[in-house]
Amino acid sequence: MERFYTLVFIAGVGCFAIAFLLSMVFPWMSLYSYHGMDYQTLEQLAEKPSKEFVLLAEKFPDSFKQHYGAVTPQSYAQALQRGRDVYVGQACWHCHSQYVRVVSNEHVRWGAPSSAQEYQNALNQPHLWGTRRVGPDLAREGGRKTNDWHIAHFINPKSVVPHSVMPPYPFYFDEKGVPDADGIALITYLQWLGTVQAGIPVAERVTP
Amino acid sequence: MAARTGESLVNYALIKAHLLAGACLLVVSMLAGYLYSLQFLGYYPFSGSILSPGHMRLMHTNMAAYGWLVNGFTGMLYYVVPRLTGKKVLSDKLGHLIFWAWQLIIVLAIGGYLTDKAQAIEWGETPTGFRPGTFEMNYVPVDLLVVVGAVLVIIQFMTPIYQAREQKFYVTLWYFTAGLVWLALTYLMGNIMPEWMLPGAAGAATTGLFIHDLVGLYVTPMGWGLMYFFVPLILRKPIWSHSLSVIGFWALAFFYPLGGVHHFLISPIPDYVEFGAITTTIAIEVVVTTVVVNFFMTLRGKWSALRTSMAIRWFYVGAVFYFITCFQCAFQVTWMFQKVIHFTDWVVGHAHLIMFGVFTFWLFGVIDWLWPRVCKREWYSESLRGWHFWLWSIGVGAMFFDLMIAGLVHGFMQRDLNDWSDILRMSEPFWWVRTVTGVMVIAGLFCAIYNMVMTAKAGAAYQEDKHYIPAQAD
Repeated sequence: MERFYTLVFIAGVGCFAIAFLLSMVFPWMSLYSYHGMDYQTLEQLAEKPSKEFVLLAEKFPDSFKQHYGAVTPQSYAQALQRGRDVYVGQACWHCHSQYVRVVSNEHVRWGAPSSAQEYQNALNQPHLWGTRRVGPDLAREGGRKTNDWHIAHFINPKSVVPHSVMPPYPFYFDEKGVPDADGIALITYLQWLGTVQAGIPVAERVTP
Repeated sequence: MAARTGESLVNYALIKAHLLAGACLLVVSMLAGYLYSLQFLGYYPFSGSILSPGHMRLMHTNMAAYGWLVNGFTGMLYYVVPRLTGKKVLSDKLGHLIFWAWQLIIVLAIGGYLTDKAQAIEWGETPTGFRPGTFEMNYVPVDLLVVVGAVLVIIQFMTPIYQAREQKFYVTLWYFTAGLVWLALTYLMGNIMPEWMLPGAAGAATTGLFIHDLVGLYVTPMGWGLMYFFVPLILRKPIWSHSLSVIGFWALAFFYPLGGVHHFLISPIPDYVEFGAITTTIAIEVVVTTVVVNFFMTLRGKWSALRTSMAIRWFYVGAVFYFITCFQCAFQVTWMFQKVIHFTDWVVGHAHLIMFGVFTFWLFGVIDWLWPRVCKREWYSESLRGWHFWLWSIGVGAMFFDLMIAGLVHGFMQRDLNDWSDILRMSEPFWWVRTVTGVMVIAGLFCAIYNMVMTAKAGAAYQEDKHYIPAQAD
């Protein structure tokens, strides 16, 4: 049993392949066989720029024009991708999860439980589910808070949430609170989260 | 003396380099963890994008795995593989190349984390070098270099194993042979598939499998392999049961990788996959028990070794921690526990116990036994060895219990719809304990490194027999 080739091919490759089949290929096949599980590219996601993106353009015309030009699907796509890059680069997703479970009253706190369909898109490749919630879940964050709230919160989280342990990110804003390219992108991305799924209750029954 | 044959096959310079580099990178990991923990207490000293707390988190986890464990295990392999096969590793020059290439990879990875280039794969944040999901280059492709490095490591150690293929393999070599194959497959799967091929839930199943396989199919085989080698060697008696070794190995190979999806339970991943992962994870507990029983039965009749041999003490305290972690696995993997403890500090405590309490303890055992041999000098200070051991045992143990309770508090408060700020305020005392125990562990590590350096410089003359337990029973 414990010969070289058995170890390499049966234990090494074989057992790995069985696990790969059961934990990766099977769920992948199931998920793709569901109705309506079409993959959305970044262009498809960005077809209609969000209300918050338009508001950012109106409120900070100089910075917006300099970095993104006008409000178009292309500039919206650019901001979404860049915002996600910053979110990943700063490891935001290690303290904020992005999926609402059907247990622990999470639907009361954050809204509808996550479904597989809403992750079938370019901005969830790779997914950013996370494994730790130091801060609240962000899967339903889009539209919950105003852009101004986010700016105040990024510059100094304790100014709006007194007991917050989130680090401040003032370097994405100038001294007047005008966001730079990364600041606009980050807020655009946060305001996008959860908007793929229609019918999400925005009203909060408890303060997250 | 059977134990001394094959010493001439070993390249001690490479072992020394890898063990010392590993220990230094462990310092980097621990200091990053310490800084990150200060953020939770409101005393984070730096501002600015580069030294942000998020980047410290990436450094902490990745340096523990790629900086410390990979270096430590590679150093250990340079001793064990030639001894067991009776053949030299492929090439000493290749060994030096691997050593420097690996440290370069580490430096490039750190550069990537600090400049926002991390990949969005937990524990695989080594930069891909490309913008997410595209082939537009924005940094050095560290992932690719890691694959090249892993292939070189495999060639280096598989050569003597292959040359010895006609011999009857000892259990350590089963683990190392399969573990090296698994390392390459796991790394390729985890870093490529979710990034370019699998979005969303299917990608999550794959990254779950990746985190799991990295620990289960690389770190665990290396850890058990070294235990099977060093424990009988130091105790001068054979392992208690060969049959249990066989069961332990094949059950690990079969069951362990099947549990990958348990990192994302009650998620959009199909339920039948979750149930499969839960069942096999509980099955792993049976395997773990057989292996732990085998080791404790081996120690029977030689309990005084825990007093006389520091290496044995590291190994067996590590084994106790291993049993606690895996016992915890069997429960926490159920949905009943998951709905409370997932997303909380419980998971963090679990990860700390397995990485720092188990595999780090075993590698410290290896360092404790190998370092005098490598330097041809006795340990410089006995009391520093003791401080190192006790600071780590108490520090890691206390941190684990602290984070476990913190996780329960967080989990139940979250379920009971408490205000999020209240959850943070209730967690704060636990985070203080975490930082204090972290400082203990760092202090222990500094004792160890100072002792290692001084041993190399000014230790007394080496006495071979001091490091084995006499053959007769107590």
